[in-house]
Amino acid sequence: MIEKFREWYENRHEYQKGYKDRTGNKIVGYFCTYTPEEIFYAADILPVRILGSHEPQDVTEPHIFSMFCPFCRDVLAQGIKGRYDYLDGIAIGQSCLHLRQAFTSWDLHKNPGWSYFLPMPNHVQSKRAVPFLVEEYRLLIKKIEELAGRRITDDDLRQGIDIMNKARKVMKEIYEFRKEDNPPISGTEAMYMTCAQFFTDAREFLPVAEDVKRELASRRLDRDPGKRIMLVGSENDDIEYINMIETLGERESVGCTVVVEEHCTTTRYFWDEVDTNIDDPLRAIAERYVSRTPCPSKDWPQRTRLQRILELAKDFRVDGAIVIQQKFCDPHEADIPFIRKFLEDNGIPTYFLEFDVTVAAGPFAIRTEAFLETLEAEEDLF
Amino acid sequence: MAKYPTEPLRCWAKAKELRKRFYEDFKGAHEKGGIRCVGSAWALDAVTMGLGRDVYWVTGEPYGASCAFDRPLSADFLAAAENFGFSRDLCSYMRNYWGSIIVNKSAFGGAFPKADFAYTQHICCSHGKWYQNACELEAGDVPLYVIDVGVGAYPPFQPEMYEHRLRYVADQILDSIEWMEKITGRTYNDELFFEACWNDIRLTHTWAKICMLNRAVPAPLDEKSIYSLYVFATLQKSRGEFAEFYEELLEEVEDRVKRGIAAVANEQARVMTDTQPPWGFLKIYRYLETCGVVSIGSLYTFGLEGMWLYDDEKNDLRPRPMPPEKPRSREEACMMLADWHLSKPQYQHFYHPEYKTKMMDAIAKNWRCDGIILHYNRGCEGLSVGIAENRLGLLQRGNKVMTYEGNMGDETEFDLPATETRFDIFLESLGLKKPEG
Repeated sequence: MIEKFREWYENRHEYQKGYKDRTGNKIVGYFCTYTPEEIFYAADILPVRILGSHEPQDVTEPHIFSMFCPFCRDVLAQGIKGRYDYLDGIAIGQSCLHLRQAFTSWDLHKNPGWSYFLPMPNHVQSKRAVPFLVEEYRLLIKKIEELAGRRITDDDLRQGIDIMNKARKVMKEIYEFRKEDNPPISGTEAMYMTCAQFFTDAREFLPVAEDVKRELASRRLDRDPGKRIMLVGSENDDIEYINMIETLGERESVGCTVVVEEHCTTTRYFWDEVDTNIDDPLRAIAERYVSRTPCPSKDWPQRTRLQRILELAKDFRVDGAIVIQQKFCDPHEADIPFIRKFLEDNGIPTYFLEFDVTVAAGPFAIRTEAFLETLEAEEDLF
Repeated sequence: MAKYPTEPLRCWAKAKELRKRFYEDFKGAHEKGGIRCVGSAWALDAVTMGLGRDVYWVTGEPYGASCAFDRPLSADFLAAAENFGFSRDLCSYMRNYWGSIIVNKSAFGGAFPKADFAYTQHICCSHGKWYQNACELEAGDVPLYVIDVGVGAYPPFQPEMYEHRLRYVADQILDSIEWMEKITGRTYNDELFFEACWNDIRLTHTWAKICMLNRAVPAPLDEKSIYSLYVFATLQKSRGEFAEFYEELLEEVEDRVKRGIAAVANEQARVMTDTQPPWGFLKIYRYLETCGVVSIGSLYTFGLEGMWLYDDEKNDLRPRPMPPEKPRSREEACMMLADWHLSKPQYQHFYHPEYKTKMMDAIAKNWRCDGIILHYNRGCEGLSVGIAENRLGLLQRGNKVMTYEGNMGDETEFDLPATETRFDIFLESLGLKKPEG
């Protein structure tokens, strides 16, 4: 069953077009994980996250100045190239300026007839954030109701919460297997899973993920797991890179397994569930998005990510962390020196890699191998 | 050859003196028992003034620009920030500022004065992080308060300014007052707050009126001079002597318009720019002047701090009228400040480039510009966001547009000869030529 995730990842458009044909439901593409999927599910609209295709960018130069991150340009390229022409709408929850440009340029040039910018609060550490976001959700709901052609009730919202919570819960349960000495699921497979969830209806994703969970209980991978690595940083669905470093051990003297990540394609996205004990479903959703592991663009005045990263590192018993950053990603760039110092002060060696989603991952192999060797050398001393 | 009479600004010396005193006040604050406060040029500095008349400010962006103006010094600061681990594509103001802390050196001489607290606002991804990191670099014991103003666009770009959006900002301001009392041990004085709030509104309104006068032909002000004048609004909007200075300046510029005094005596063509200039290379404006070109300003110099409202029907930009009267309660002052600042022209493009394109087009048409020069500024993601779409939108509206790439605060990302060559080509397209010899 685990292969299904890869199939969905690689054939996202076929799935989504087929889904529309099968269900007659509308599809809204969203640009950032601060977009509340629960509310779209409540209206029977499928929210799908738009990621790039990792191709050299060739169509976005007139629209986004090249000092902005390659991910946002890659995302916009998907729209300009007409790959998402089947969407019924686009939406973004306010996060970084980079991705916002992909949204606004898409809005200008490929607007499917419905678009929405949600002013998700930045000051998530303020007690004022939740009440503000609840009111913003009310405005969003009115707009979604226009697209859906029907009212959204509290029961609908609870249904949306249930759908998303179940998907999040099963992914967390699958992540538990990654804590094992020889994890039965690779980092590559885990990344296929979390991204597949972006691209599919969570109700169709769930039974597959439940099957995978059962399968993992008895699955054994015929490989040396090598060093246990954590990935930390900005948007990352660089499956090619993850696969490359996880197969290093087949070619070189050192190998590794990515056992956990702190990315908005993985744990920052799904780790936190909506608290169903809160009566008002809108407030419950708002609480979840305000208190989730933040994107660094919202992580101030306290840098709360540090503790969450350390908890993950300890829980998954990592040997080292590769701090990955999309080139030009300002919020992460502002955090990186402090994250590296914090992890190293806590005994976790780090290595920094600046990525460009549209550039071949190959050259990073030698650097990663060198980092893994340094981890090996320390062990040899004892 | 001179087409119009010209003369220096009478208030120039006073402007220099005011700016000098502003930085000296910050440095000497502790000797007078005062408080040092730092934050963004967009920080709601008026709120801090309720702590007393002895709260002295430095704002990061004009400080970073001052560093950049001194290129060797800036190179030291930028290298220090990079050696610490900060990426070189981050905001160059921010890197100059962090570098100053790391090497403990001020652009105005001596050690970098440590702030008592940081008080800033957040709309660009870098704003909150700037002072979070600055406070951590200052041994981690400088308290920080950040007000999130990223609540969506102001009318006419949104159908209305929803009450809850104003309330969110105003409530954070209210919370910050309690926080400041706690960290300083001082009792907050509402009357001083109301006075500072009114100074802020008065100053930012007056600045817009001054910029309106540059619709005149010949333009009474050129943008290189405007940079030395708009800076007071970026240093501290709530400082009474700055508000008064702008009122004096308004009178002087009105007088220049009446008498037909030009900033550039051979004004033959008018351009507008966008975003911060490369501060170490302001001579590019003098280069344009040799060809008879005056840069009348930009949405940046007009609307970074000046308060305007865009009229969608007339495609015009007009100074936003001041509220009818001063605030009379703390809550009212917080709401008034929130409402006033959320309409800031340079906040609007954070939500959509089309809003900025409309305002820029209004300037191009109403200030009678022959061309538009866009600085693709690698040093500032906040003001460069959407700039490529602005270019397309301005072209579609019939404007002549050129771009050049640079960095406001990092000289290594600016190529002067290449930029001058681009200017030459653009000016030729406007029918202008550089004088020979």
